[in-house]
Amino acid sequence: MPAPVPDLDTQPFWDGCEQERFLVPTCGSCGARRWPPGPMCPVCRSTATEWLESSGRGSVYSFLVVHHPVNPVLLDQVPYVVAMIELEEGIRVVGNVEDCDPDSVHTGMQVEVVFERHEEGMLIPNFRAASWS
Amino acid sequence: MDGLRDKAAIIGIGETEYSKNSGRTELALACEAITRACDDAGVPVDEIDGLVRFDYDAIDEVTLTSHLGLRNLRWMSHTGYGGTGGNAVVVHAAAAIAAGLADTVVCYRALNERSGRRYGQADFRALLEGGGQQSFQAPWGMLAPVHQFGQFASRHMIEYGTTSRQFGEVAVTLRRHASMNPRAMMRTPITIVDHQSSRMIAAPLRLFDCCIESDGACAVIVTSADRARGFRHPPAWIMGAAQGSGSRAQGIVFRESLAVAESEHTARDVYRSAGVGPDEIDAVMIYDHFTPFVIISLEAYGFCPRGEGGPFVEGGRIAFDGELPVNTHGGNHSEAYIHGLPHVIEAVRQLRGTSTAQVDRVELVLSCSSVAQLSAAVILRKD
Repeated sequence: MPAPVPDLDTQPFWDGCEQERFLVPTCGSCGARRWPPGPMCPVCRSTATEWLESSGRGSVYSFLVVHHPVNPVLLDQVPYVVAMIELEEGIRVVGNVEDCDPDSVHTGMQVEVVFERHEEGMLIPNFRAASWS
Repeated sequence: MDGLRDKAAIIGIGETEYSKNSGRTELALACEAITRACDDAGVPVDEIDGLVRFDYDAIDEVTLTSHLGLRNLRWMSHTGYGGTGGNAVVVHAAAAIAAGLADTVVCYRALNERSGRRYGQADFRALLEGGGQQSFQAPWGMLAPVHQFGQFASRHMIEYGTTSRQFGEVAVTLRRHASMNPRAMMRTPITIVDHQSSRMIAAPLRLFDCCIESDGACAVIVTSADRARGFRHPPAWIMGAAQGSGSRAQGIVFRESLAVAESEHTARDVYRSAGVGPDEIDAVMIYDHFTPFVIISLEAYGFCPRGEGGPFVEGGRIAFDGELPVNTHGGNHSEAYIHGLPHVIEAVRQLRGTSTAQVDRVELVLSCSSVAQLSAAVILRKD
């Protein structure tokens, strides 16, 4: 899969990943959480950003099971699940649901963050079925 | 809100052949579509004084005007976002004419999307050049439009119980319309069984839920109310026009709800602009990149309550001979994918009475594009 390309607005998030922490950009003024990371709070327009560590717990909001490889390098990776995961902190992020049969994934399924090494070297977050459920 | 009502009209439409491999440049396709639209109207190319292009179009204004030999250009603009352009180009043209910035505006789209860069495939490098939110999608395999828009299908099924067979009802109807249209690339009729046995692309979406990829170009000519009569065809009046966005949405999927399209806002505005409501609309052209978006758009534009679009499309209701005809040309799904501008052309054909799936008694046609971030719509009226 393509590696992320950090920029000045998103670098703190990727730095957090290197310490296996999922950091949620949070407004330093009104406390609103936003996703993806950006330079301004879309609720109160403050540019003060704090990075709140997520509990890493979430649930599946919507999901697809990808069967058709849209690029030849995906031939040995399909089928895979691409889901919108709602974290406890209220933001919704993209992830896979790993280490399980794609057909067992369902809406509301409890998941937890794991960190994995991308082939280009950086740690990126992903999700698997929650160990407590 | 009624500032654009009947201030401008579409007087010319032009299309190239739609194919899998045009064998020509996008520039050549654009030039052909535009000159055909001028011929259709009976307007000399030299009279064009305004130009609207899609933000995604590969041809810039300077190149196009040079090769077309336009000498009197007074105004130009381009529209985002993606497929919103199909209707937004007409909104821009009407606004420029109403403001007196131009008298005769051409809107066009040209692309070699099947033989060139295919939207249904993912070039990893090109993806991340976009920067921004792509870094929060692509690393997990959210790589093509089907992976983003498919989340809406998933969520609509979860929240409202919409079924794959209902998506299939849309596919079967659109293909039926295309089977009557000699311009259409996919003309072999399909059944619900064909839809249900077509291969999974990104479950729940199957092959026959996805639009096709095409090469081709098309164009429309828009002119002011005081000039609109006396050309080769009666004008299709732009009775209402609107575009916009009603909520915070980024990267298609990062938004409050994935069960509704970014159109309820635009629906309200376009009806207010035209001074009519959904009950008065005789046919609808909907940007159908994926079949669930026909269902979601019918809800957004008030033809049925939210969540009831699935049952609404059953039983042939959206066929040309049904209660609310939709995409009588076959749409992106089966005619050609030229980013939604052929939907406007089909709306004009319906008003002229020249569609290959002609609806009885058509006075008003809504054409709309709902692509989850921005949306745009026009209501066209028979002369």
